[in-house]
Amino acid sequence: MRRVILTVAATVAGLVALLSFKTHSSSPERAGAAPSPSPALLPGEHTIDGNVANTVYGPVQIQVVLATSKIVKVNILQQPESTQMDVQIGQYAFPRLIGETLSAQSARIDTVSGATYTSGGYIQSLQSALDNGG
Amino acid sequence: MSVLTVPRVDARIRHAEQVMGTVVSFDVPVSAKANGSLDSAVRWLHWADRVFSPYRPDSDVSLLAAAEVTVDGCAPEVAEVVAACASIRDLSGGYFTAAPGGRFDPSGYVKGWAVQRAADLLSAAGSAAHVVNGGGDAQCAGGRAPGEPWRVGIADPSRPGRLALVVAALDCAVATSGVAERGPHILDPHTGRPAAGLASLTVVGPSLALADAYATAAFAMGPALAREWTASLDGYEAFAITPDAQTWHTPGFGRYVCADAGS
Repeated sequence: MRRVILTVAATVAGLVALLSFKTHSSSPERAGAAPSPSPALLPGEHTIDGNVANTVYGPVQIQVVLATSKIVKVNILQQPESTQMDVQIGQYAFPRLIGETLSAQSARIDTVSGATYTSGGYIQSLQSALDNGG
Repeated sequence: MSVLTVPRVDARIRHAEQVMGTVVSFDVPVSAKANGSLDSAVRWLHWADRVFSPYRPDSDVSLLAAAEVTVDGCAPEVAEVVAACASIRDLSGGYFTAAPGGRFDPSGYVKGWAVQRAADLLSAAGSAAHVVNGGGDAQCAGGRAPGEPWRVGIADPSRPGRLALVVAALDCAVATSGVAERGPHILDPHTGRPAAGLASLTVVGPSLALADAYATAAFAMGPALAREWTASLDGYEAFAITPDAQTWHTPGFGRYVCADAGS
């Protein structure tokens, strides 16, 4: 039975939801997001770009790399880097979020057991991604 | 408050319900939605929250803690919970307590117990396979497919969003205690200080009410005593992660580990 082979749409939506849980409109002086080039694709792979999400940290856009219908990689097209805080958040949060998505997919899990989260923490949790996309 | 309800292609439904200060996630057959048992399970959780919440001044637990009522004046489930807490307190040498900080507060038992009972309601209404996960503590009924266990990822406390391992859960519960998102919150009742020495401790066994309470007690014990005590538990196995990312487990835990987990 197919379980946690997250669909592309759900994963993009999930990542954007994870990133934008404190959404606000980005202010002009914080619009310094730097697009990064898309790495080369292997044969059989194709990409889908997510919408730009305005998060509390600034604009964020991700791209998923697919081989057939399975996500093999997630690239960051835009991330905030206008302040030192943003760089730290990017270095910490993006690998975490990407790892979360790929980890759930490769492990084919149905649910997660861990230290109890609050309803606010749930939004950022792997369980939330499963509930949205599983 | 309902957070979301997502229909699934394989005739299952996921539902996430905000209750008891966390989110309870359901993975159920569509029949549980159709026959009303999912709604009943959700109503049960909200009822348990109203009766047992120490944060509601008019809950039975608050009135009992303030000595404004006796156990006899409360819902009958309160006496059941009080007795269960006393039993686990004795079994754990006092490391599990229904009075952390001196005031009656059985929250350490109630969430796992209420989630287990929600899962039982779904079983009684005919569901053969479902998971109810209360903020990271899951009661699994049946498996993800006939004869195939549910796959429960154990969060890696040192790498948020990553998994330490995957547990194969067929008709059993998985509960994890650890340093929560708001920092240390489990106190050693003998010292009144935050428990130290473990990053997380997972207990697997038939009942979530017991697995959750055992995990809390063992976490409070610290690594040396926890290892010895969890090995002595009948029908329950434990897996622990230390702050420096070392792990240990009870001798019988191995049968729950999914060998093919690619985390």
